[in-house]
Amino acid sequence: MNELLVLLIAPTLQTLYMIFASTLFSLILGFPLGVLLCVTDSGGIAPRPSLNNAVGRVVNVLRSFPFIILMILVFPLSRIIVGTSIGTTASIVPLSIAAAPFVARIIESALKEVDPGCIQAARAMGSSNRQIILKVLIPEALPSLVAGVTTTIINLIGYSAMAGAIGGGGLGDLAVRYGYQRFRTDVMIVSVIVILVLVELVQLTGSRIGKRLLVKR
Amino acid sequence: MGSEPFIAVRKLKKTFHTHEGALEVLKGIDLEIDRGDIYGIIGFSGAGKSTLLRCLNRLESPDSGTVTIGDVEITALDKTSLNGHRQKVGMIFQQFNLFDSRTVYRNVSFPLEVAGIPKARIRTRVEEILELVELTDKINCHPGQLSGGQKQRVGIARALANQPDVLLSDEATSALDPQTTFSILELLKDINRKLGLTIVLVTHELEVIKYACTKMAVIQDGVIIEKGDVRSVFLNPKSETSKQFIKINDEFLKDFVVEEGGGI
Ligand SMILES: Nc1ncnc2c1ncn2[C@@H]1O[C@H](COP(=O)(O)OP(=O)(O)OP(=O)(O)O)[C@@H](O)[C@H]1O
Ligand SMILES: [Mg+2]
Repeated sequence: MNELLVLLIAPTLQTLYMIFASTLFSLILGFPLGVLLCVTDSGGIAPRPSLNNAVGRVVNVLRSFPFIILMILVFPLSRIIVGTSIGTTASIVPLSIAAAPFVARIIESALKEVDPGCIQAARAMGSSNRQIILKVLIPEALPSLVAGVTTTIINLIGYSAMAGAIGGGGLGDLAVRYGYQRFRTDVMIVSVIVILVLVELVQLTGSRIGKRLLVKR
Repeated sequence: MGSEPFIAVRKLKKTFHTHEGALEVLKGIDLEIDRGDIYGIIGFSGAGKSTLLRCLNRLESPDSGTVTIGDVEITALDKTSLNGHRQKVGMIFQQFNLFDSRTVYRNVSFPLEVAGIPKARIRTRVEEILELVELTDKINCHPGQLSGGQKQRVGIARALANQPDVLLSDEATSALDPQTTFSILELLKDINRKLGLTIVLVTHELEVIKYACTKMAVIQDGVIIEKGDVRSVFLNPKSETSKQFIKINDEFLKDFVVEEGGGI
């Protein structure tokens, strides 16, 4: 039992680190893209159809890329950004890049749910586009945005389990190395349980925050 | 009269281009509204009322013609000056269009934030205006906790917060029951009296015009077919549409005749 715990500590921390960092960076990359996609849409507050189309295409291509291939393709980029292409920190690069287009679409669709009447009212009061984005779109969409970020984190927990393939470590890697390659079924089961608990915790927290925001309306 | 009206609409035209083809919604509208008027625009659904109203703050851009408010030609403004101008034209809507994520206080403070008014002054102004619409006790509520009438009062407070010269109302009472409608109209009349605010009010309900307006215009298929004092249009409707509107509301006509006889 003790041995199991010791085995779990490092991979759990690695997983948490990967998820935290890649959530952060995918939001930094994806959030502005999502806003851009919403705002420049033909029905958006600043329609730019050709720009919207171009960005939309790039996002779609990135989204449909198999993660395992993406991990290898971004090796050169990882080397530039973090100095190495393998290891836990290095795996944050492909994780963030894989999640960013997903984040962009999720943010876009959350923002598009905002009542057009509200946007029109803001417009009628003389708001600039920037004010509409910051004071209307984002606050009004906040519950959906929270739900979107929750889904993103859960997806990233899943993706991060593959990081073992490039030496990223983490719980998924532990399950594969011990559980599968060394026939330690107990380790496999426990790692999977920890992953499930993480997913459940994230989902629970996300729903709770979302509900809190909605109750206030 | 003789002098220029406060709001002047000249030869205003607007065509929408849709997948089904072009739809000419405003076919050369001429309208003059004096300062302090409560001006009603009535017409059947699809007549172009909302489009006309939305041209007054350029939520809709007309294809040709001009809109002048005071000495500002709205149709000639660039984007920045347009936003500055819009801050001085309030608007209220049928569906209220309040911000659900904001409290009553923060809904009303929105136009002041947009206009860059300092926080301390915002507080005083919001409290003042909430008193006017009698919603002081709801200051920390969210719109979801309010009735339709209360929501529209918040809408009115929000529209008036930045002390506009004009208030545009697009079917502001159409989602409300008759009793609430009258209390909202009463509030608008009150504001018109107290603040000297010019109100342009779009509706498809004759009662609203009769109850609240001083002047009116009847719009049909993008054309103003009749305009003038409410009383004269009511007592002597010239067009078929006006007659139709007034026939449906025969009793109101009687009201007018009685009032006329009573020498009001
Ligand atoms: N953005 C738009 N694109 C295309 N057509 C439009 C648009 N806005 C309005 N229309 C059309 O223009 C016509 C006039 O619309 P408008 O909203 O001005 O009418 P209305 O008099 O306000 O009617 P209602 O009483 O139903 O609100 C309608 O046929 C409507 O379908
Ligand atoms: Mg309308």
